[in-house]
Order: sequence, then structure tokens, then C-alpha cells
Amino acid sequence: MSIVDSRRLGATLSPERLFGGLLLLVFVALFVDLLRRLVVGELAIGTFTTFLWNGIVDGLIIGLAAIGLSMTYSILRFANFSHGDLVTTGAFSGWTAAYLVGGVGIAELSSRLLLRADGGAAPGDMNMQILAEPIAIVVGLLTAAVVTVLVALSIDKLIYRRMRQAGGIALLIASVGVALALRYLIAFVYTSSTRGVTATAPQYEASWIVWTDSVNLHQATMVLSALALMLGVHLMLQYTKLGTAMRAMADNRDLALITGIPTERVVWATWVIGAGLAGVAGYLVVLDRGVITYNLGWFLLLLIFAAVILGGIGSIYGAIVGGLVIGLATNVSLVWIPSDLNEVAAFGLMIAVLIFRPQGLFGGVETA
Amino acid sequence: MSASDRIGGRISDARRAVEERTEGFSRWQVDLLLVFGFLLASYVLFVLFGLALGLSLNGIVSTLRRVTYFAAVYAILTLALNLHWGYTGLFNIGVAGFMAVGVYAMAILTAPVDGSPAGLGLPLPVGIVGGMAAAALVGLVAALPALRLRADYFAIVTLGLSEIIRLSVLSGSLREFEVAGLELGTGGGSGISFTATNSVIPWLLDLPVLSALGDALFAVGAAVGIQSSVIQSALYTLVLLACVIALYVLLARIAYSPFGRVLKAIREDELAARSLGKHTKTTKITVFMLGCALMGLGGILWQGGRGFVTPDSFLPILTFYVFVALIIGGAGSNAGSIVGGIVFAAALWEGPPFVRRIVDANLSVRSPPTIYDAVVAADPLALLGYAVGNLDQIRFMLVGVVLILLMLWRPDGVLGHRKEIAAATDLSRRPRTTATAADGGREESDE
Repeated sequence: MSIVDSRRLGATLSPERLFGGLLLLVFVALFVDLLRRLVVGELAIGTFTTFLWNGIVDGLIIGLAAIGLSMTYSILRFANFSHGDLVTTGAFSGWTAAYLVGGVGIAELSSRLLLRADGGAAPGDMNMQILAEPIAIVVGLLTAAVVTVLVALSIDKLIYRRMRQAGGIALLIASVGVALALRYLIAFVYTSSTRGVTATAPQYEASWIVWTDSVNLHQATMVLSALALMLGVHLMLQYTKLGTAMRAMADNRDLALITGIPTERVVWATWVIGAGLAGVAGYLVVLDRGVITYNLGWFLLLLIFAAVILGGIGSIYGAIVGGLVIGLATNVSLVWIPSDLNEVAAFGLMIAVLIFRPQGLFGGVETA
Repeated sequence: MSASDRIGGRISDARRAVEERTEGFSRWQVDLLLVFGFLLASYVLFVLFGLALGLSLNGIVSTLRRVTYFAAVYAILTLALNLHWGYTGLFNIGVAGFMAVGVYAMAILTAPVDGSPAGLGLPLPVGIVGGMAAAALVGLVAALPALRLRADYFAIVTLGLSEIIRLSVLSGSLREFEVAGLELGTGGGSGISFTATNSVIPWLLDLPVLSALGDALFAVGAAVGIQSSVIQSALYTLVLLACVIALYVLLARIAYSPFGRVLKAIREDELAARSLGKHTKTTKITVFMLGCALMGLGGILWQGGRGFVTPDSFLPILTFYVFVALIIGGAGSNAGSIVGGIVFAAALWEGPPFVRRIVDANLSVRSPPTIYDAVVAADPLALLGYAVGNLDQIRFMLVGVVLILLMLWRPDGVLGHRKEIAAATDLSRRPRTTATAADGGREESDE
């Protein structure tokens, strides 16, 4: 046996590979157990499909927010810890706009302007649901995107632009500072109380839906908006000049510079798209959950990071798939573990995948 | 010249002036001066605060005790993080998680057997050593996969791990469990009670010589009006200070040992260190475990004094506090870590509540319930009242802004990333007559 061969054998039998193999065995065992439970009737089919549906709903939102994080990761080359608070910014600005529009003549300006900080403007009185107030909710959605983009662009102008030449870790630390400042600025203005902002979601009942007999229309709005935006990002990346430039810059920044790609403009577009999607994701999360709180995005951030890392940093499609995997993992894991440990399952999955495949599922090429 | 350059330049000027004035001292003497200077400055600040509030001597001593306590616990945690990040370049943002492991392991080891949740009822020293060992062990488990990753991936994995730990101890399913016939538990969201670490003070005061000293101290305290409870807490704070000094000595020894040189080599260029035959992987795992054990110790000394702990004490933001302290002091410097701990505890942690108390005492403003009411009132005092009423939020914002400004203007902190002298003689100290040097006679700086 030549030296090269024995080395290759050594590499295949490394502890990491062994661990990865064990992990794969665990997943296979879990899958077999799932089938067994379904066949024996220990787990009702209806319960399982509900887990799956919730997983997809959560996954799409995480994926939507993850696109922006993945873009800033590959184009600006740093892990942006303030991304979660851009999600929060979208949630608060969007719902404030929805309340301003939808609450005319119903509630006082002060309650609407500060999104119920004083406890006024009960969501029931406002009838804040998609069928009763469609215009207010769409205005809120658009405002969420616009305000978040403006906030992200001003932060870039104030802070990140001065640090373009700094290393990834320096930018990461600065983004932690941005995250803290932004989150507690929101808490300062809107108070730190958690409150409900949407009315009970209307249900659409139909026999043709396979997994259940009624669909929550807020969840449906969320799924459709997320899918449409993801399609839009896909078309933009593949078929526009800007998309090509972004992919080129993500792949090789220096090469992009010498081929005359206006990198500052690409950075600008990255913030516009990434922050816009983050803002919309925050707004839609609140539409689904019904409650808003100042650390909403911060607690989502780790799941978003998990999605980006799972998919492979820099890959937009990886971020979407990673989001779905994380969403499904948090919900389907409920088959085996209590609900207060479902995020543990998601983070555990992220760490496990990193051991098995450090570059992520779609990693290897850092191209959008 | 931008404002940032100007301020950065001014800080450098001030630093150079300090260096020139301390020419005759060796580096550790300068460090000692700096640490005591910052400690003294914060004491002066809080004595002034206390006088402004009209506190009694007892109140002022109690305040200084509190500041010292937080300065000490942050210094311990910052020293441990400095070992990871400052010396080895391991970007660990799971500090809160390793603290939690240390505290919870100690809690389970020392909690009474008939308590709720029950523990093992072991003595305190076993608990402390066990807690540190548990934190080191979790560090090992984390290090094995995570150290193969890029720095930013590593950061996120450690943060994820710290959340896994926090959510696990919070979980109702681990509230009480049975291992090999033993009833154990984390207490879930309602927390766990255990033997408090400050119970060493009564134990120390029972020793032959110390008891006489203690009695004398209490007598003096009673004479000048300092309560015995304040003295008891002050004695525990002294124990913490002793830990800081011991840790500083240990880490300084490590930094100047061959092992420490490997750490710095890994920080600067891991590939080069490996190609020179250093076992970088084993070194990184060892140093990671050591740092985690010290983070566990920091957690134990901090939370252990209360004899009760809940998962809420280990939110991820705690990690970033330690990072702010480290960056203020400057990564890569042990003395800087202590300075950072002092500055963080005094200026960012204990200072703002005092500002609120002083404003509350001197201005009779009622805080409006919302910012809308404050703005509509069109009264600067109403706005001030709202700001003071929401000082916690402002304090967090301040931490964020300080972090941003430091990264923009002074990423190396007060004492960061100093060049370490590897040669037997100090080659950087050349005669200052370099007018004919090839570099055009620019003055050599020591940095």
C-alpha cells in the first residue's frame, strides 16, 4: 500500500467521519421510528401533518430572513449580528403603519403611533386581520420593507462603510454593538412590554386541503408572500445585471473590482434586498404569532444563523433550504421531545451538520 | 482628518505621554499603576456620587463594595475570555453558557439531598472543583468539532451551544430527573438552591487568628457606623479580589511560558505554527478547556454568592458584556482585561443607576408612561423624566454604542495587542540616536 493510499484510509476513518456516520445512523433510526409510530397509531396522521405544516410556515419565514443574512455574509464578508434587530425594526415599523392606517377613527393617535405602548387600541376593536383590514395590512408590509431598508442603509453609511477594510471579526463585533443599540432604541421608544397586535386570524375551510380541513389565512398570507419574494430574489439573481454583479462579487471581490463592477452600488443593493426581506419577515412573523416584542428578532437570529450555516454561507438557495430544515426540525422534533426543547434540537442539528459537512449543505461555492 | 482619526490620535498622544513619564518602570509596574489608577478613579467617582446623594459612610462603603464586586467578577470572566480570544484568537461567544455549566454543576453537587430539586449535598470545595471540571468538559465536547471551523462559524457554534445549555436548564423536562437511583434536577425556570459560596466567610472567621482579626474589624465597623453585613460582603469581595490576583499571576505565567508563545503563534498564524512542528490542535483544545473552566469559576463566584440561581442569569447578552469589557481593556493583555472589567463595572454597569438616583433625588419629575406623552408635554423635564425612567434601555444602548465606537476608533482597547518580547534581550529598546537610520530617522516606538 502506498503512502497516499494509507493516508486516504486514515482520512476516511477520522473521528469526524466516524461521528458523522453515527449521526446518520441516528437520523435513519429516527425516521424508522417515525414510520413505526405512524403505522402503529402512536402518532396521529393529523398531528404529524400539522407539525409538517407548521414546520414549513416557520421554515419559510426563517428562510426569508436568512437570505439577507447570507447575502451580507457573502458580499460584505461578515456575520451580521444586527440582522435579527432589522427583523424587529420591520415588525415594529410595519405594524405601526398598519395601526396608523387601520385605526383611523377607532383608536387614539398615541396608542396607534406607539403600537399600543399605553395599552390602548385593543386588536379586537381594531379588527386587525387580513380580511377586515387588507389595505392596512398591505400598507404595513410595504412600510416594514421601506423603513428597514432606510435603517440598514443609514447604519451602513454611519458605521460599516468606515470599516470596509476591517476584518470579519471586527465587523462582527461592531454589528453586535449595532444590534444592542437598535434593539434597545426600539425598546426605549415602544417600551419593553410584549403585546398582542392582531385579531384572531380568519380560517379558510375546504375539503380539498389534504393535511387539514381549515387553513389559517394569516399563515397562508405569510407563505404566499414568502414564496413570491423568494421567487423574486431568484429571478433577480439569475436574470438581471445587478444579480450577476452580486454573484460575481460574492464569488471573488477583487476580481469583481478589476472587471469594473461598481462594488459600492452592489453593497447598496445588498442592503436594500437583505434588509427589505428581513423587515418583511419580521412583519409576517408578527402576523402569524399575533404578538410583538422588542427582542423578537434577537431570539430568531440564532435560528436564522443556523439556517444560513446549514445551507452553506453565501448560498441564497442554501439559506432557503436551511430555513426549511430548521423550521421542520423545530416542529417535527416535537414527536420525540417536549416543546421547550425544540430549539435545542434545531441548534443541535446545526452543530451536527457542521461536524459532518463544515461547508454546509450547499456550500463549497460561495456564489449566490 | 476625520473626527475618528482625531480622537484616535488624541488617545495615542495621551498614551505616549503616559509611556514617556513611566519610562523607568518595567511593564508590569506600569500595568499595576494603570489597574490601581482605574480602580481609584472609579472609587473617587462613586464617593462623589455617594456624597451627591447624601449617603452615610455605611452607604458609601456598601457602594464601593458593590462596584469592586462587579469589577472583580467581570475581571475574572474577561481574563478567561482573553485567554481564548486575546491570546489564542478563538472567538468564543458562548461565555454565558460555560458560566451556566459551572454554576449548575456546582449547584447540583452541593444542593441539599432533601431539597427541591434535590442535589448531592457535597461540600462546597467539591462543588467548585466539580463545576470547573464540568465547564472544562463541556468545553472539550464543544472544541472537538468546533475548532475545525472558520472563526465566524466557530463563534456561532459557541453561541448556539450556550443557548442549548440555557434552554436545557430552563426546560421543564430536566426540572427533576433520576440518575442511577439518585434524585437530581436543575429546577427548570424556578431555579435551584445550593450552598452559597460566601459561606466561606463565616468559616474563615471561625479560624483561630482570623476570628480575632474579624472581631476587631467588626468592632471598628461598629464604631464608625458600618453594618456587620456590609463587612461580611466586603470580606467575600476580598476573596474575589484574591481570585483575580491569583488568576492574573497564573495567566501571566502561562502567557510567558513556551505554551503561551504557541498560543500567540496560533493567534498570529496558525499554519506557520503548525509547520514549525507545534501541535496546534492539542494546544487549542487545552487552552479552550482551561478558559472554559475559568469561565465556570467566574460564574460560580458571581452567582454562587446568592445561593440560588435561575437560567435567566445566563442570557446571551451576558457574553457581550464580557466582550465589551475585554475590548475596552484591549484583547491580548491580562492587565487590560482587569482594567476593562473595572471600567465596565463602574461606568456602564453601576454608574447609570446612580445617575438615575441623583436625578430622582434632585429633580421632582414624574416619568410619563410613554415617549408620546413626554414629547406632547413639550417639556424638556418630561423627556428627561422618561429617559431616566427607562434608564435600563439607555444603559443597553450605551453598551452597544461604546462597542461600536471602540471598533471604529480604538479596536485595540486601552492596552491591547502589545508586542511581546521573545528575545532574551529587549531588542526594541535601541539607543535613541537613530538620525542616520535607513528609515529616515523616524523615531522608534515601543509598541
